[in-house]
Amino acid sequence: MKSKTVWTGLAMALCLLLVSNSGYAGALDAFKDETGSLKIAGGTAHIPVMQEAAKRIMTLNSNIQISIAGGGSSVGIKQVGEGLVDIGNSGRKPTDEEIAKYGLKLFKWATDGVGIVVHPKNSVRALTQAQVMDIFAGKIDNWKALGGEDKGINVYTRDEASGTREVFWEKALNKGEITTRANFVVSNGAMKSAVSQDPYGIGYVSVGHMDETVGPVSFDGVAPTLANVKSGEYKIARGLFSNTKGDPTGLAKKFIDYLFSTEGQEIAAGNGFIPVN
Amino acid sequence: MTKIGETIWERLFLLCAIASVVVTVLIFGFMVVLGLPLFKGGHFFYLLTQPWLPSRHAYGIYPMIVGTMFIASLAVAIAFPLSLGCASLISVIAPRPFSRFLRRVVHLMTGVPTVIYGFVGVFLLVPLMRDLFQRGSGMCILSAALMLAVLISPTMILFFADSFEHVPRPYLDAVDALGGRPVQKFIYVMIPCAWRGILTGCILGIGRALGDTLVALMIAGNAIQVPSSPLDSARVLTAHIALVIAADYDSLEFKSIFACGVVLYIFTTIVVLAVRSLGASGRRQEP
Repeated sequence: MKSKTVWTGLAMALCLLLVSNSGYAGALDAFKDETGSLKIAGGTAHIPVMQEAAKRIMTLNSNIQISIAGGGSSVGIKQVGEGLVDIGNSGRKPTDEEIAKYGLKLFKWATDGVGIVVHPKNSVRALTQAQVMDIFAGKIDNWKALGGEDKGINVYTRDEASGTREVFWEKALNKGEITTRANFVVSNGAMKSAVSQDPYGIGYVSVGHMDETVGPVSFDGVAPTLANVKSGEYKIARGLFSNTKGDPTGLAKKFIDYLFSTEGQEIAAGNGFIPVN
Repeated sequence: MTKIGETIWERLFLLCAIASVVVTVLIFGFMVVLGLPLFKGGHFFYLLTQPWLPSRHAYGIYPMIVGTMFIASLAVAIAFPLSLGCASLISVIAPRPFSRFLRRVVHLMTGVPTVIYGFVGVFLLVPLMRDLFQRGSGMCILSAALMLAVLISPTMILFFADSFEHVPRPYLDAVDALGGRPVQKFIYVMIPCAWRGILTGCILGIGRALGDTLVALMIAGNAIQVPSSPLDSARVLTAHIALVIAADYDSLEFKSIFACGVVLYIFTTIVVLAVRSLGASGRRQEP
């Protein structure tokens, strides 16, 4: 009796394996005979793509465990460098010191813009770089000065470990000051929910994270859209990197290869990023 | 139990006690050693007075110290009358079944994870505060203090209620015999008798409010200014550590959080010492 159940179970598993194999062709084949676990951490902009890729891989082969954590770009770089995770994501190019110190190998699999966002009901939808710099420096502190309501501006920014902050600070603010009154949030998701809840808030998120809950703001007359980031017209853009310590091996290598496959690049595009291939 | 067995157990417990003491001391040593580069250069006192502007190489934690004290003391100020009222209801005024029910609820509240309070704060309290005061984002000291007050009041209530129940029975009977009402009994007999328990509860509340990370991180706004009003956004020391810990290990930002750790450690030590000395002096004065 018992052995019969085992055999039936095995047969069913075999059938499932065959069925799923025929369903997922190509890029995922590499994961067919793999077992083990893969730890990913870092940039929060990457998370939707990582999750979708991990879901597809783990659906095909339940012997693979992929865990995905946030933390921010600096956390990703630090943790992969210390050997705590297999892949460390960063929304900025790791600095030369970081690369040299940890022996990092970088894989840029998509391009992303960083867009300024306000509450969807806010009528201010276009700002010049000078205005943006003044707002984030706290020099302009009322929406009225920008043609909006007579209400104070609530500035939201990201924590020190954020790659999104790094890129925004460098390219939109020209490394200018950020007011000490600014509220700090800790991920792209948290930024989106903070701004979508605050009628007088302003912040910045990855273009891939933008949706109808927040209102996009044009920067120097260019809207933060995929097309504009792709054409290079929208200035505040950055690469999305997945980094490994030394050359990737085993599952990490296969995962990164998958990100660069047609299917992986489609996932990136589906999440609002610009694929590299 | 045999004599030898007893000795073994005694030694084992002694070992546990020593281990916990050693760990506590080691943690302090660890923070001091890792923060040494800052202490050595005489930067430590700068740290306590400077603002936090990493882009200008100022790594002071003064705004966070002010923020922490502001939020913790405001939270206790809100929680104290709340807890006193609730404790009096539990141990004096309410009828027995209701007070038992209330006590259960308070017990339950002590077990609610702080992240739940954080969530409630973000989605209910913050928008409410924003609409109410029409100033800022609603992420402010007052929001965090209100939420922290809810967080620490169960601890305070239980301490207060316990100390009320330890008021000697004859005192209460005497009040009853004199025809005093329950409220008179509470104000003129129970509070004076139970003041030590009340103080201990308050100090524990302060300790918890000082040490809590998540509530302040989620709803105080984490701005790095020196707060000047309860409606300002502010950052507390614990949230600061959580935000900065992601920085590069070798950076001064990272090293400065050990100074935060030391400051928090000292705060907590002062609180604990205060509890101890109060307990000691109270015992001496006991009739």
